[in-house]
Amino acid sequence: MRTGIYLFIGILFGITMFKSEAASWFRIYEMFSFDSFHMYGIIGSALVIGAIVVKTIKHFKIKSFYGEAITFPNKEKGFSRYFFGGIIFGLGWALAGACPGPMFALLGAGFLPIGVVILAAVLGTFLYGVVRKKLPH
Amino acid sequence: MNWIYEPWPWYIAGPMIAFIMFLLIMVDKTFGMSSNLRTACTICGGGKYSDFFKFDWKSQRWNLIVATGTVIGGYIGAHFLSKDLVVSITPDTIADLNTLGFASAGNAYLPTELFNAEIIKGTLINNHFIELRNILLLGIGGLLVGFGARYAGGCTSGHAISGLSNLQLPSLIAVIGFFMGGLLMVHLIFPMIF
Repeated sequence: MRTGIYLFIGILFGITMFKSEAASWFRIYEMFSFDSFHMYGIIGSALVIGAIVVKTIKHFKIKSFYGEAITFPNKEKGFSRYFFGGIIFGLGWALAGACPGPMFALLGAGFLPIGVVILAAVLGTFLYGVVRKKLPH
Repeated sequence: MNWIYEPWPWYIAGPMIAFIMFLLIMVDKTFGMSSNLRTACTICGGGKYSDFFKFDWKSQRWNLIVATGTVIGGYIGAHFLSKDLVVSITPDTIADLNTLGFASAGNAYLPTELFNAEIIKGTLINNHFIELRNILLLGIGGLLVGFGARYAGGCTSGHAISGLSNLQLPSLIAVIGFFMGGLLMVHLIFPMIF
């Protein structure tokens, strides 16, 4: 049952990423060129509505579908990891034209070269795990 | 019924993403796709090389299922909900990309000059060089995404959507970093490599 729900959520997400063209390298390039509102509209409206959803859940102490209390853990305080990690991520996002969600959608759409990006992203994650104690966080 | 094949405008896609985040919250989970990359490292035996990968990956099984669904969703979107795979970017962007050598701008979903292995596949001897260059560029792009996402503790879904929705300052710093990196790549590095 739960597996079906997760799969359904993923399918909805994959269709949204593909059909909104957020999974298109061109849309990412266009966003970083400030030539179109499209990507800003997607991210902006998602987070404005998301913020209202989070606020509402907190305010009314809404329980999950399974009756559990919902908590929103705060992100650890810090600067370096978010700033430098963010810049590194942004460089890759613009070059590959895909962030981790859309990568999976593109694979399903049949763009096989994205497999190179996914494998490299796993390798990049692995490299981080190996060197992370030497990095400022 | 032709509307079903049209690309989705931002005011459908954005609320849909918020709805997806809401659904995940309501089943006691969080929205964050790059965590799957860490789980993949753990499954492949990464725990032998770093404690960072020593965790019970089965606790992340749900997220792998979401990722599997995302692959299926991409398939459905491309094969059943689209007639042509053309992304209508603005004329200004098309002109910029043409100057950089991307003739496929405005005619494709992804730049065939970078992604389409079939077009690249050895029609000319010097095309092998392009093929190698593309694998290298896509590989570097993926490497940066994977490394950066874990260093920053999240990607677009984890920080820009989940984190900012919860008004987290660290997520704002990360998103500012995402944009600095993206602008640097597109405006400074692209003219050098394309």
